[in-house]
Amino acid sequence: MRNNKEKWLSFLLVFPSIAAVGIFVYGFIGWTTRVSFSAWRGMIPDYTFVKFKNYVDLFVDNLRFQIDIRNTLMFTSIFVFGTLILGLITALLLDQGLKGEGFFRSLYIFPMAISYIVTGVVWRWLMNPAQGSRMSGLNLLFHTLGLDFLNSSYTATPVWGMAFIAIPAIWQLSGYTMAMYLAGLRAIPDELREAARVDGASEFEIFRFIIMPLLRPVTLSAMIILGHMSLKTFDLVIAVAGKQLPLDMPSINMWQTTFDAHLYGSGAAISILLLISTAVLIIPYLFYSLRKEGQS
Amino acid sequence: MNRSRSRYWSYIPLVLLAIFYLIPMYIMVVTGLKGGDEISIKEMWQLPRTLNLDNFILAYQKLSPYLWNSLNVVLPAAIISSLLGSLNGFVLAKWKFKGADVIFPLILFGMFIPYQSVLIPLVQFMNTIGLYGGLPGLVLVHIIYGIPITTLTFRNYYASIPNELLEAAKIDGAGMLGIYKDILLPISIPSFVVVLIWQFTQAWNDFLFSVVLTSPKNWTVTVALNNISGGQIVPWNLQMAGSLLAALPTLLVYIFLGRYFLRGMMAGSLKG
Repeated sequence: MRNNKEKWLSFLLVFPSIAAVGIFVYGFIGWTTRVSFSAWRGMIPDYTFVKFKNYVDLFVDNLRFQIDIRNTLMFTSIFVFGTLILGLITALLLDQGLKGEGFFRSLYIFPMAISYIVTGVVWRWLMNPAQGSRMSGLNLLFHTLGLDFLNSSYTATPVWGMAFIAIPAIWQLSGYTMAMYLAGLRAIPDELREAARVDGASEFEIFRFIIMPLLRPVTLSAMIILGHMSLKTFDLVIAVAGKQLPLDMPSINMWQTTFDAHLYGSGAAISILLLISTAVLIIPYLFYSLRKEGQS
Repeated sequence: MNRSRSRYWSYIPLVLLAIFYLIPMYIMVVTGLKGGDEISIKEMWQLPRTLNLDNFILAYQKLSPYLWNSLNVVLPAAIISSLLGSLNGFVLAKWKFKGADVIFPLILFGMFIPYQSVLIPLVQFMNTIGLYGGLPGLVLVHIIYGIPITTLTFRNYYASIPNELLEAAKIDGAGMLGIYKDILLPISIPSFVVVLIWQFTQAWNDFLFSVVLTSPKNWTVTVALNNISGGQIVPWNLQMAGSLLAALPTLLVYIFLGRYFLRGMMAGSLKG
């Protein structure tokens, strides 16, 4: 009897949170979905049902959204790949029990504590494309060091400009993958490597055939987490590039379409597409993580 | 022998990488310390000839209202969402009601969504309840969207506490709230530190919610910084000093509580 009452009490304790998340996440997503099927443009809500018109318009004859898709793909692939590689290299370097490991580790992770806005503001100055007498930032540093071949137009580069925004993003998040890889490496028992060494395997073979396969789950988790972050990238691009069409992202497009141009239906459609693309990554990951936890 | 020698070569890439990570910090600090007469772009990589704190004072004068706005949002948001997370974590780990195992992943999903997908209703809703434009609305938003990760961290922690501990207390006649208050809460302090500093950092660094939901006088520091650094109006040594000021609170938290920060970071990938 008492037990039953406490079951209710336990539900009551979490009810405010469930209700809040229910409304602010699921309720609002439902509401946005409804807006994405509506003709709402202008300041006054208009829920006239227009079926998939807003979605179709995005894919047909909308240059900006095509740029968004291209930029998202370019940014995501370079950012995810770069972050994984740099994280793996730093983790391998640090996993040798060197003196000062803790210092380097803390140093590599600290960008995680800084906001994308600060990162973006500083990197915009570092990646200044100006040449000649107005040269500054990294270009000036390269010039001073005699490394002129590294001179670049950065985000002002035609077609590939977006790729350079991945640099500050990699700078910011490679410490995170390093921490994930380090945890993975620490979980590999030393006996495994020793046994391989006794069998005459070279260090590279040990890495290639023993370490890498065992790190695969870490790589997968990191890819999903980084991938979904990169789809949502917003503040960093704004701080590095402002709002330039060649460097546009769906998140920025949604913001401007909705709150500057007041094309609510279209903005909502962009945000729902963004949600679907993250959900495709995250939902299987959530189920996989929770099921694995249930088994252990 | 060979292996241990080769280890020392590792310091070369380690130091080069350290330089890569420190370059933005170097530029922020060095430029911030330079006086108006030596901010020539040509000399941006050189150390300042004299130490000059004027930029920091000036940047503080420009940013201080927004720094305070941030603090006023971030502290209550971090504290309240941590408390809610602790309660939720306790119930979802140790006092499950029917359907708790379905509710948990549904709550978790909330921390991965692109917030653009809730912005339109959020603005409408905040307008309707009269919280649009002000700081209390932003606090509310950070509390609610913070619930998933705080719940996750606490649930994982409480799940690791052996049930025997709770059973023993039950036999002694303790009720649910008693067990939470007298047994779990006192041993949750480290988890509270993890969650508090993670929420503090996340909310401090937020840009999207603040830029959409606050009116200019209620901007948080990220929005203010982005606006003053948009063009040539504000001299760039001031921009660098301002960036450092905006980064300082979370950097200090990281420097002094890095271990807890790391645990919060790992929780975000469901790797409790």
